[in-house]
Amino acid sequence: MGRYLIRRALFMVLVIMIVSFLTFLIFVKLPAGDPARRAVGRTTTPEQIENARVAFGLDKPLYVQYWRFLKGFIPYPGLWLTEDVYYSYGNFVPVKEELARRIPITGILAIGAAVIWLSLGIPIGILSGVRRRSVADRAAMIFAIIGVSMPIFWLAQLLLYAFWFKLELLPSSGIPIGYNGWGGALRAAAEGRFILPWVSLALVSAAFYARMVRGNLIETMNEDYIRTARAKGLSERRVIYKHGLRGALTPVVTMLGLDVGLLLGGAFITETVFGLPGIGQLAVQSIPTNDFPMVMGVTILGAFIIAVANLVVDVAYAFVDPRVRYT
Amino acid sequence: MAQPLLEVKDLKVHFPTDDGLVKAVDGVSYSLQAGETLGIVGESGSGKSVSSLTVMGLINPKQARISGEVFFQGQDLLKVPKDEMRTIRGAKISMIFQDPMTSLHPFYKVGYQIAESILEHQDISKQEAFDQAVEMLARVNIPHPKDRASQYPHEFSGGMRQRAMIAMALSLNPDVLIADEPTTALDVTVQAQILDLIDRLKSEFNAAVIIITHDLGVVAEHCDDIMVMYAGKAAEFGDTDDIYYKPLHPYTWGLLSSIPRLDEDKQERLNPIRGLPPSLIQVPPGCAFHPRCPYKFDPCDRDVPELLPVDGHHAAACHLSLADKERIRDQEVLARR
Repeated sequence: MGRYLIRRALFMVLVIMIVSFLTFLIFVKLPAGDPARRAVGRTTTPEQIENARVAFGLDKPLYVQYWRFLKGFIPYPGLWLTEDVYYSYGNFVPVKEELARRIPITGILAIGAAVIWLSLGIPIGILSGVRRRSVADRAAMIFAIIGVSMPIFWLAQLLLYAFWFKLELLPSSGIPIGYNGWGGALRAAAEGRFILPWVSLALVSAAFYARMVRGNLIETMNEDYIRTARAKGLSERRVIYKHGLRGALTPVVTMLGLDVGLLLGGAFITETVFGLPGIGQLAVQSIPTNDFPMVMGVTILGAFIIAVANLVVDVAYAFVDPRVRYT
Repeated sequence: MAQPLLEVKDLKVHFPTDDGLVKAVDGVSYSLQAGETLGIVGESGSGKSVSSLTVMGLINPKQARISGEVFFQGQDLLKVPKDEMRTIRGAKISMIFQDPMTSLHPFYKVGYQIAESILEHQDISKQEAFDQAVEMLARVNIPHPKDRASQYPHEFSGGMRQRAMIAMALSLNPDVLIADEPTTALDVTVQAQILDLIDRLKSEFNAAVIIITHDLGVVAEHCDDIMVMYAGKAAEFGDTDDIYYKPLHPYTWGLLSSIPRLDEDKQERLNPIRGLPPSLIQVPPGCAFHPRCPYKFDPCDRDVPELLPVDGHHAAACHLSLADKERIRDQEVLARR
């Protein structure tokens, strides 16, 4: 297990280097204007632009520039997202601070949504799978088709219109000023400001998970070992919930890990529609202004989270499925 | 003769499907005495597995039309309520399956899976059930049973998994053990061990055994009676000597002739039965075997032959006269062996 983890960690380093290199390449080639010119404002002298270029390090050769950014990934004080390199071209704040401010928002959004879609998707999937072809199953599968077919941006607007504008039950979009850090994000959640984002993000996945659990359960119930369980004289309840579900829910672990990892990297549609200052929104704002240090920071954060989520899933699998061993 | 332990009378299991009615089992009768071994032999799709799954109550009555009677200890199992059937299934009648690779749950330890069966039927503690499971593993000759009980099925070899299945099936000392192709998925050397084990345990536990197989070689040494099934019906029924030395049905002759022989010249070709088993949706009219039968004559494609007793409890379902059958058997079938 130890050697496996080391191998995986090294592989993660490689992934992050490749992602950062590609991101840098796109930045160099992107025809989005000169960041130095953008930074100094409208009426400026060529000297001022040149000063900004030197300050950002944009006058150096490309390999030096890339190395400056790459150094910032070394988790060592003084190097780790160092402020002289990882400093926003756009709103002149250190990338580190901006990310730290936004991680709680995205984190609470992703985890809350995951809780909702699991607690909806899994029971619906089980019910459908157990009572196949019943009215409940049909209804659940209609829900599933509607759920997976609804675009999030549309569903989000619809929910806002109904629950905020018409019914005035829930607060509208955004997080008020002063709600900082994890405490602020939790306070916003307690005030119900995350309910609509959670629901619109969760509904699609709930539908997807319901279909997946149903399919897995139906497939598992045709396995030979289910027949063995019945032949033992076990009750149908025990056959389904002890023997059937165990096999049917195992793939959910994989899906969940990857999906949550993906969301933690930024749920940019939901964050944009609801005006949540999360990681995804930051990426969407930074790309058009060619704010490269910020884009780099967000991209690598996303890549890192997804790589870690993959690792967590693979390791968790060894605990769920005794046949899986890592060496 | 004593009251039979298990008596199946005119059992029919029909599955309605989109393509038509599948007559998987179409009027099968047999009886089983305590301590006896019955072999049910037939090709794939002859209904041999379905008939025993029906006895176990493992055929979903929503998916099949089941008729007939299955008497076990004085009650008709087909009429027993579902909850009561669960107390019989696994405890008084138990079953082992063809593929031990897939018949054990891959995520639970072997000892737990055996103990689970015991706990379902007996009011004892988990620890006692686990100890019993270990003891059962020892009785089916699994070395280091205590260590093995806390391993997962994938850590067992194929033969050991089948032993574990047998341990599970016998853990409640059942009256009837149904073995559905218990050796088909195993190596030849392991096959003999498993069959010998079933034999030994049968006498130790004083159980009656039904062995379902497509391999006449398997049943020869281990069965008292043999039923040869074809297309959901019994073609021939008799004791092992009857079937091997005095077979009276062309299908049985075909099965016996198709067993390869090691003492024959290698130039000799195998002698298979021509054609394929019939579709169970469109069973040929008359005798279901007639399209493949080299001895068919006038009534064969018209009248369904009844399973008629010849002598004692040896019976065959064929229109040929007894004299003809004996002549063909002696001149053509047995002469070749």
